[in-house]
Amino acid sequence: MSRFAMVIDTRRCVGCHDCVVACKTENGVPEGYCRDWITEEVHGAFPTVQLEIRSERCNHCDNPPCVSCCPTGASHVHERGGVVLVTHDKCIGCKACLAACPYDARFIHPDGYADKCTFCIHRVEKGLDPACVSVCPTHCMHFGDIDDPQSEVSLLLHSRPHHVLIPDAGTKPCIFYLT
Amino acid sequence: MSCEERVGSSDLHHSAGPTGSLKYRKKRVATVMNLSRRRFLQISAGTVAGLSAVDLTRRVVSAAGKDAQSGLKRIPTFCNVCFWQCGAIASVRDGKLWKIEGHPRDPLSRGRLCPRGSGGIDAHTDPDRLRTPLIRVSERGEEKWKAVTWDEALSFIAEKMQKIKAEYGPESVAAFIHGLGGKFFKHTLRAYGTDNIAAPSFAQCRGPRDVGFTLTYGDDAGSLERTDIENAQCLVLIGTHLGENMHNSQVQEFANAVGKGASIIVADPRFSVAASKARFYLPIKPGTDIALLLAWMNVIVGEKLYDKEYIDKYGFGFEQFVAEIQSYTPEWAYPETGIEPETIRATAREMARYRPATLIHPGRHASWYGDDAQRSRAIALLNALMGSWGRKGGLYVPASMELPDYPHPPYPPAGKATADNPNDRYPFADEVISTGIRDATISGKPYPVKGWLVYSTNLMYSLPNREETIRAIQQLDLLVVVDVLPSEIAGWADVVLPESNYLERYDDLHIEAFREPFITLRQPVVEPPDDQKPNWWIAKKLAEKLGLGAYYPWNDIEQYLDARLKGGGYSLEDLKREGVIVGKRPPIYFEDGAPAVFNTPSKKIEFYSTQLKQAGFDPVPRYTRPEPGPAGFYRLLFGRAPMHSFSRTQTNHLLMDLMSENAVWVNATEAARLGLKNGDYVRLRNQDGAVSDRIRVKATERIRPECVYMVHGFGHTSRELRFAFRKGASDSQLITRYKTDPLMGGTGVNVNFVTIETEA
Repeated sequence: MSRFAMVIDTRRCVGCHDCVVACKTENGVPEGYCRDWITEEVHGAFPTVQLEIRSERCNHCDNPPCVSCCPTGASHVHERGGVVLVTHDKCIGCKACLAACPYDARFIHPDGYADKCTFCIHRVEKGLDPACVSVCPTHCMHFGDIDDPQSEVSLLLHSRPHHVLIPDAGTKPCIFYLT
Repeated sequence: MSCEERVGSSDLHHSAGPTGSLKYRKKRVATVMNLSRRRFLQISAGTVAGLSAVDLTRRVVSAAGKDAQSGLKRIPTFCNVCFWQCGAIASVRDGKLWKIEGHPRDPLSRGRLCPRGSGGIDAHTDPDRLRTPLIRVSERGEEKWKAVTWDEALSFIAEKMQKIKAEYGPESVAAFIHGLGGKFFKHTLRAYGTDNIAAPSFAQCRGPRDVGFTLTYGDDAGSLERTDIENAQCLVLIGTHLGENMHNSQVQEFANAVGKGASIIVADPRFSVAASKARFYLPIKPGTDIALLLAWMNVIVGEKLYDKEYIDKYGFGFEQFVAEIQSYTPEWAYPETGIEPETIRATAREMARYRPATLIHPGRHASWYGDDAQRSRAIALLNALMGSWGRKGGLYVPASMELPDYPHPPYPPAGKATADNPNDRYPFADEVISTGIRDATISGKPYPVKGWLVYSTNLMYSLPNREETIRAIQQLDLLVVVDVLPSEIAGWADVVLPESNYLERYDDLHIEAFREPFITLRQPVVEPPDDQKPNWWIAKKLAEKLGLGAYYPWNDIEQYLDARLKGGGYSLEDLKREGVIVGKRPPIYFEDGAPAVFNTPSKKIEFYSTQLKQAGFDPVPRYTRPEPGPAGFYRLLFGRAPMHSFSRTQTNHLLMDLMSENAVWVNATEAARLGLKNGDYVRLRNQDGAVSDRIRVKATERIRPECVYMVHGFGHTSRELRFAFRKGASDSQLITRYKTDPLMGGTGVNVNFVTIETEA
């Protein structure tokens, strides 16, 4: 079995948004929408400030509420790597998944279906990294199989402190942020 | 005040603007995101229509492109969204421009572009582009035109230029030029007989830095900078905001340095992205950097932490420098800079700990306070104390390819001296001062300047004080603007010439000094959508109209490029396929045998500058306290965002999706005191009564209370820039004052102050 995951080094990331542009061009995401985005989280008071910059997207959760709530089976877990996908022609645009996702990772595409990050499965199946990972000028993003203990992502998770977003939601995200 | 901010990028960078100072709680995340996402959707409604009007199917003219109507073509070229000009590969799918990525063998991009480069494809289909030559039909600045043919436009220009030449002499035509594409215009104008060719990138940007470094080392910091960031073990950034300032190689190397655990020291009134990676963040008072630099040097000299062997070998005037630096203790610097003496000492020792792999970054946009050449000299001297010039992890010795130029007749003999700097008023200016050309145009002294050719620089954004620029324009008999977009300066032109964009044309070869010598080729990926022409064609045709056709003894650019390449043993055919030629890296560090040559009067690193002394300036930099603003005003600072270049990307729909307007950063405590909330619209009024367009507030813990900050390039007023029109505000509207650097004529612009007025 394989379990695809993304490990993102917040120390290297500068929040340049290249991941967002690359996703938009690679996947033809319509103007005004994005499948990934940058969050800047600030704590503290000037001048003692901490800033964490994160490239965020669908977490391709191990326990995805968007899949369990889908009335048509359009939202599903792909056989390869546990990637959460939407079958466009099965989707009725009911927005149940939008409401269920704690990460606001989904939107309704102008063509009427729920859309979001696919981990660029069309590239991954050709042995390529997702577009966002492949363009990042800071090399802050890593993609791979966390079921393989020797993969780069597994080794990074073993060697560096990290966190996921909203762990209390119980969704078991597969995007990990190195701190 | 304790505060937590959480700003989703959609909030921060979209027309949604910064959201309120939302407390970060888990359950609020979805709320925050929803808010931003909805705003994001709203933008789309108004803009999709514009795009659909554009023909997205352009026939492909690729190097390999016989069957380019179908399938996938990958065509190497290099980017032009900023001047870094990274090697890239454009993908054309089914005849349409699909995406552009870094060229893996290009030493600048190393296979990865920045967001501007990745988003650059949208410039091709930009519906706001200039499409055809235009001649003005009403008052200057009213933006009313008639479309004309290229022949009409160029004949009109040539006739006016010949008239100016007959009446005043050829020197009375001046040019303002930015970037590689200006080369052929310079050539035509030199052939015509003028050397009044200025780049705002000198006096308004990197000039003070280059002069400060040249006075010290006999060479400048380079453009591409010779900064060995990824090998630096200690990196000091003074106002330089790498990561927001997105010069690709530098940001890649910065991330590598961070990844390797380099010690980063950031001095900036704003808690920049780079500051968030720093071991030491020094929240310095604006305009006091020289005091900090002098105090650092005082500690390093006092504690003998400098590289004695290096200075003994390469230094000149060190004893005089030491004597001069004695009084600048950290205790002296504290009230000036606001940085505690112990922090100054600790950071000075930190730098010394890692020398010579300690890099005090020279910066790039350096024209801040009018004493910028001396500040840059202080940065150069601090590097010299670390022994980092010429060393690994410091400022390496770059190398570049050499190709012969295409032979052409000699230019006419030099006539009058350039008009920008009469009597060498700014004795260390080694390029033409653009604001000096503007002064000469207004005053008619030392002689009248009656024609301007402006290429690829939006003078309304790049020069300080727009009123002066307009006054100068009113003195002209001819203003020609060559641009891709109907920029604000194009709005004032008599003739506007539409240039094809960088994905649609050849340019001259990209050859710059870097770690390894390289040549990259820009070649057409797609055809221009309308009647746009490449710069080389325009400059050549203009030369022909002026009777200077002999200066272009080639028929088309491919012949020119091939001849240049053959001169180096290469061919255009190879480069069209490969995109880049990378030469062997010579030694780039002194320790590996790179030549330690200092082209200064003493042939050494000048800690004490006799040429400055002789010219009546401080031979060792001194500190002058910046003049404070009026009570209740905030100092206006500006900088860059990673997804925009200057004022030229605000009609790019892909990039505007990332950041569609700028915000004014106000310290959160100040904002609360003024009753301002995140996302509120305000206007800024400066000390001279100039009022900005409306701009959203970003109330943040990331800036000192006495200054405000905005990203440069927004607040467009050209009605033709429909997509960018009046989105955000421009610092240029508020820069009515500037302080001129007495060494070299640079214009320090961080000397303006604003109040904040709420917008009903």
